[in-house]
Amino acid sequence: MSNEQIKNLEEIFEARIARDEKIEPKDWMPEKYRKTHIRQMSQHAHSEIVGMLPEGNWISRAPSLRRKAALLAKVQDEAGHGLYLYSACETLGISRDELYEQLHSGKAKYSSIFNYPTVTWADMGAIGWLVDGAAIINQVPLCNTSFGPYARAMVRVCKEESFHQRQGFEIMHKLCNGTPEQKDMAQDALNRWWWPSLMMLGPTDAESIHTEQSMKWKLKRKSNDELRQQFIDQTVPQADVLGLTIPDKDLKWNEEKGSYDFGEIDWDEFWQVVKGHGPSNKKRMKARVGAWEEGAWVRDAAMAHAEKKEANKLKKAI
Amino acid sequence: MNKKHLFDYIISIADNSLILAQRLGELCGHGPTLETDIAGTNIALDLIGQTRNYYQYAAQIQGEGKTEDDLAFLRLEREYKNVLLVEQPNEHFGYVMGRQFLFDVYHLLFMNELLKSKDETLAAIAKKGIKEVSYHKRFSGDWVKRLGDGTEESNQKMQEAIDELWAYTDELFDQPEADKTMIAEGVAVDTLKFKETYYEEVSTLLKEANLQVPESKYFIRGGKTGVHSEFMGYILSDMQYMQRTYPNMEW
Repeated sequence: MSNEQIKNLEEIFEARIARDEKIEPKDWMPEKYRKTHIRQMSQHAHSEIVGMLPEGNWISRAPSLRRKAALLAKVQDEAGHGLYLYSACETLGISRDELYEQLHSGKAKYSSIFNYPTVTWADMGAIGWLVDGAAIINQVPLCNTSFGPYARAMVRVCKEESFHQRQGFEIMHKLCNGTPEQKDMAQDALNRWWWPSLMMLGPTDAESIHTEQSMKWKLKRKSNDELRQQFIDQTVPQADVLGLTIPDKDLKWNEEKGSYDFGEIDWDEFWQVVKGHGPSNKKRMKARVGAWEEGAWVRDAAMAHAEKKEANKLKKAI
Repeated sequence: MNKKHLFDYIISIADNSLILAQRLGELCGHGPTLETDIAGTNIALDLIGQTRNYYQYAAQIQGEGKTEDDLAFLRLEREYKNVLLVEQPNEHFGYVMGRQFLFDVYHLLFMNELLKSKDETLAAIAKKGIKEVSYHKRFSGDWVKRLGDGTEESNQKMQEAIDELWAYTDELFDQPEADKTMIAEGVAVDTLKFKETYYEEVSTLLKEANLQVPESKYFIRGGKTGVHSEFMGYILSDMQYMQRTYPNMEW
């Protein structure tokens, strides 16, 4: 294909996105679009899968049968999200095994928030309320993103995330209306999860390298800083309802701009965790790589069995 | 009707589902594929659902104002009456599927009989659970076949699991005193009626899976009378952790 033909195709492609048309897997697309989507969608899928671990940590210790069932169901939803996001990625010509390989080798990233430990039951509430809350803010705009399979997956993911967020808030609410020990547990969880949740919305706009191109492709509709502001403005009144204190002495309502001012985020901590040196990075990776390696014989057996069955079917047919 | 026996009987059924769900829950996020993780969680969820129905009913029969959670989390180890099979650890995926399969075949036969119970609540719980349990049995049976008839390694691993877990199968059919009284009342399931069918069904599938049917006649029992394996204390210390550390609170 000549350069001019490619340029033509690119123009047609950009015009389709501008008209809000969906790009489907078999449509022509620039290589960069394909690669960016694989990167972002797989990062999202990996976050779901690694995200199962900190909450999975409390399934065996959930304090009631109702909570145990709800937590199991929630972690199962995350596995489901991982599954459709990996499938959506596969439509772009990469296999799930390759994507896993990228996760296990450290080449692919996942949301850094899952590198913090879940040390009390209240963390199940805080994760639902704050982490899923921040995820929704990030993800709702993606329901209208330009790549069809991603947009459709996100519609379902967002519905379930919003349920998880309410469930997390409800856990916190119960703790905050319980005994003083329970309320302390809730406050302690908020203290530990608040700042990492703000960091979850990504580096400041000045530091964010992917924003401009992603905006054009509708992979991003608002900047990280705008999303963070939205998250804070939405969450502070919820903390008030719970009677909890946001651990930020600089947090105050700014009448003029109609939103909250907030304190400085510790970006050194953010980069430390992103680069693999957070409190649980190594544990999370060991768990994922371990599950994969220990499961190899099972996957091999399933393949071998399927091949035998197929061969038998052929033998019978002849 | 002997209320104490009815209560004991319901608890013994409920404990099987609870402890097996607890074991499955430990695996969530650590399975060999995403699909098996999702399926394992599903089975755990079904079992917890059944457990809740049984405990709620048992609490009502007991009439001491206890809740399903009091029964699930606040008993002593000797008061849990689950069979030893369900508390066996997740050594590897072969054990997990072997344990599940050996329990599911029993569970479905059991549910089909419980459906005929004179106790309407128990019959209703069975009615609701049968579809779930037949799915569990299909899932675990398919995996036993895949692993048994997969590679040489998987065949060995599956065989090892079946050989070890086999010793816990006979206990499934034990009938402590509460069971006997309730069978006489037409409430409980007479498990001896389908013992032969159980071993036939299990053996047929094992053969189909290219596995040897264990010939050992040495069986281990104890769970149904509250004498558990050394694993049970650890299961309970996890499961009861919150309720024991923070007594009398709501969650």
